[in-house]
This record gives sequence, C-alpha cells and structure tokens, in this order.
Amino acid sequence: MISVLIPSQLIAYTGGATRVEARGATVGEVMDDLDRRFAGLKFRVIDEQDRIRRHMRIFVGQLEARTTNAAVSDGGEVLIFGALSGG
Amino acid sequence: MTDAVQLLVGTRKGAWIYRSDARRETWRAEGPLFLGQIINHFVADPRDGRTLVMAASTGHLGPTILRSADGGATWTEASRPPAFPKGDPHGRAVDHSFWVEPGHADEPGVWWVGASPPALFRSADGGDTWDGVTGLNEHPRVLDWFPPDGGTPDGAILNQVVIDPRDARHMYLATCSAGVLETTDQGATWRPLNQNVRCDFFPDPYPEFGQDAHYLALAPTDPDRLWQQNHCGIYRLDRPGERWDRIGEAMPPEIGDIGFTIVPHPRDRETAWVWPMDGTEVWPRVSPGGRPAAYRTRDGGASWQRQDRGFPAEQGWFTVKRQAFCADRADPLGLYIGTTGGEIWMSGDEGGAWRQIAAHLPEIYSVTAAPLA
Repeated sequence: MISVLIPSQLIAYTGGATRVEARGATVGEVMDDLDRRFAGLKFRVIDEQDRIRRHMRIFVGQLEARTTNAAVSDGGEVLIFGALSGG
Repeated sequence: MTDAVQLLVGTRKGAWIYRSDARRETWRAEGPLFLGQIINHFVADPRDGRTLVMAASTGHLGPTILRSADGGATWTEASRPPAFPKGDPHGRAVDHSFWVEPGHADEPGVWWVGASPPALFRSADGGDTWDGVTGLNEHPRVLDWFPPDGGTPDGAILNQVVIDPRDARHMYLATCSAGVLETTDQGATWRPLNQNVRCDFFPDPYPEFGQDAHYLALAPTDPDRLWQQNHCGIYRLDRPGERWDRIGEAMPPEIGDIGFTIVPHPRDRETAWVWPMDGTEVWPRVSPGGRPAAYRTRDGGASWQRQDRGFPAEQGWFTVKRQAFCADRADPLGLYIGTTGGEIWMSGDEGGAWRQIAAHLPEIYSVTAAPLA
C-alpha cells in the first residue's frame, strides 16, 4: 500500500481525510486508484493528456514527480500539494 | 406588478444567489457557495426552473461542472467534465469552462459548454457527462481559428454558445479569435460570420475571421436580429443578411463603443443596452472617465442615451465583464450588473435609475437572472 498525503484543496473528495492509502506502481496508477474511491479527484490534479496540472505538485517521498509515469514503491509515500497559484 | 427574481452570481472566489421579494425591493443573499472556486458562469435551466449549473475551477485544481437539481439546495459534480480526448493531436487540455448554455427547449437534458482553450462540449444527461463536438474541436481550420497563443490574458476562449429558439440545429458561437461562427447542423459544420466586423489589430482590418466577439445576443422577439459587442465596436446584423453594421458609430465619440457585453430587451427588438469601457491608449477597460453608465438604444442602434442616475458621478472605475450584465423578464423590466469591484447594481425601470443591492463581493464574472420559483 502507498500512503498518500491529501492537500486541503482536495479534502472535499476524501471526506475530510488528509492521509489515505492507495495502490499502484506509478503516480498515475495511484491517482487512478484514488479516483475509483474518490470520484472526480484525479481530473482536478491530472489533465486529460496525463499531465500534472500547472499549480499542483506531486512528490514520491522526497523526489518531485514530473510525470505520472514516476515509479512508486509499495510501502512508500506520495505527497500531493497545491502550489502557489496567485492571489 | 413584478415577480420575484433570483440572481445567480459567479465570482473569482465563489458563487452567491440573491433572491428578491415580489417587488424586487429587498434582496436576500445565500452564500458563499464553493468559496474560493473560480465561477465563470452560473445559470438556471429555463426548461425546468429548478436545475442550476455552474462552471468551476480553482487556481490549483482542474476545471469541473457543478449541478443542482433542486434550486441550489444540494450539489453534485459532473462525473465526466468537459475534456479533450486523451491523445488529442494538438495536446489540448481544458483549462476552464467559460460559458454554460442550456440546450434548446425541445431538447431537455442537453447542455453546452464553451471552454478555454476554445472548444465546444455537449452533455445529453443534464450536465453529468460531456463529449467534445468534433465538428468544431477537430475542424481542419481549428488552429487557424484558435491559435494556441491567441486570445485573452486568461487564455483564448470560446466565450459563448447561442441557440436559435426556432431551430435546435441553428447555433452561433462567439469566440475571441475567430469572431462569430455559425452552424445549421448542430455543430457538424461551421463557417465564420464576420463580414464588415473590424479587427484593429490585423493588417487586413476586415478579415474572414480573427475578430474578438465579446458578446452575441439574439433579440428574443426576433431571433433574426443579432446584436454584438465586439472588441472593436458595437454591431447589428439582421439575417438572412451577412454583413454587420457598426451601430456603435452613433455612440458619443468621447465614450466610444468598446465594451464586453450587450443586453437586448426581451420584448422589444429595437432596444438594447451596452456598458461602455475605456478602450483608448493602453486599454484601461474601466468606466470611461471614471463615470459609470449604461447606454441604451431604442431604435436599433441609430441613437444611444446615457443612463447613469444612481451611479457615482465621479471616481467610479469599475467595469462589467461579458456575463455580468443581464435583464430579467419582469414587467417593468429589471436590469442588473455585476462589477469588477464586487458590487451588484439594479434598475427596476429599464435603466432610468440604478441602485446598489450588494457590495464587497469578490470580482464578479457572471450575473444571470431567473424567475424565482
């Protein structure tokens, strides 16, 4: 299982949870798994061409994932952040 | 005797609903709804009087569509919001939905969305799932009509969908980089409709396409009459004609005919209102001279009258964006503006006098009026 940090911008989808568990070998698979349980969450983070949206940041452990192909290890951690996006 | 009205207000930071009494004298605010979400458009479904739909995004999150089937009491998110097909040859992804349009009266459940980057989407299930209209989104000239780097500071937009009330197959689009486009087969084929509409920013000032059509409206009592507030003036077209007339030339020269929006009278084909903004020098896009006013024509654009009673006589620098000027259908007619300064103003006598009914809201993007069921 992967531990996923949910930012405040997305807790409306997770019933208020800021930490959830998911399965997957890549960031994209983790997002797909989250979307199965929290419908609509993925599209607000990943666009229809599988690009991480401009003002979202995803880290696998301490390393930033630039694409949804970034590998995730079982037992690892994925952190989703809302980055700076203006006033 | 008037009827109670609800104003659906979309702002840069959420949505509000203002509901009036039967005389439109007192207004009660509900909101904020979805605080912090960017609400570009917020509309009611005239076919059932209960469904509300809004286009939402945030600074961080991708775009979505929010729907209420019970007049705003409860809300659900579209299960498949407007999006390009995965693997789109141009790599496009929807940045935000800009315009939401209920379908033709004969097509319950059908909705349309205009998006940024410019594209058209259709839902046949009340806005739950959306598909791209390939006749436009995959048109051979799509990158000529909608250059990837063209458009407004917030991105290029398909800013309006207008449906002929007599024929669901006949539609117009207003766009920021191809002007007005028309279809007579509900989106399978399209053609530009821009004759004699000026482009001050092109070497050829009257191209086939390239215009920035800020707002397009059909006269409700005569859908063959089209009113357009363009980036480069106010125009009128009577179909089946093809050539627009720049009726804004009759505006006072010190005011000009630049603006974002135009509102036709629901019962009089000769009457419409505009909200001029300063389009001189560096385009401040504020009320000209700091003196806010609507301008009305009652003769199809041959002459215009200033309507500023109630507005600040000086130091009023707000303006009114594309979706933020509307009329109700009551008698006497009510007019409403939402300002970039977060104020809502109304006139209960067709623009004769105006009063502020709300203030201190975020920047207003959209105000639409609907009967209060």
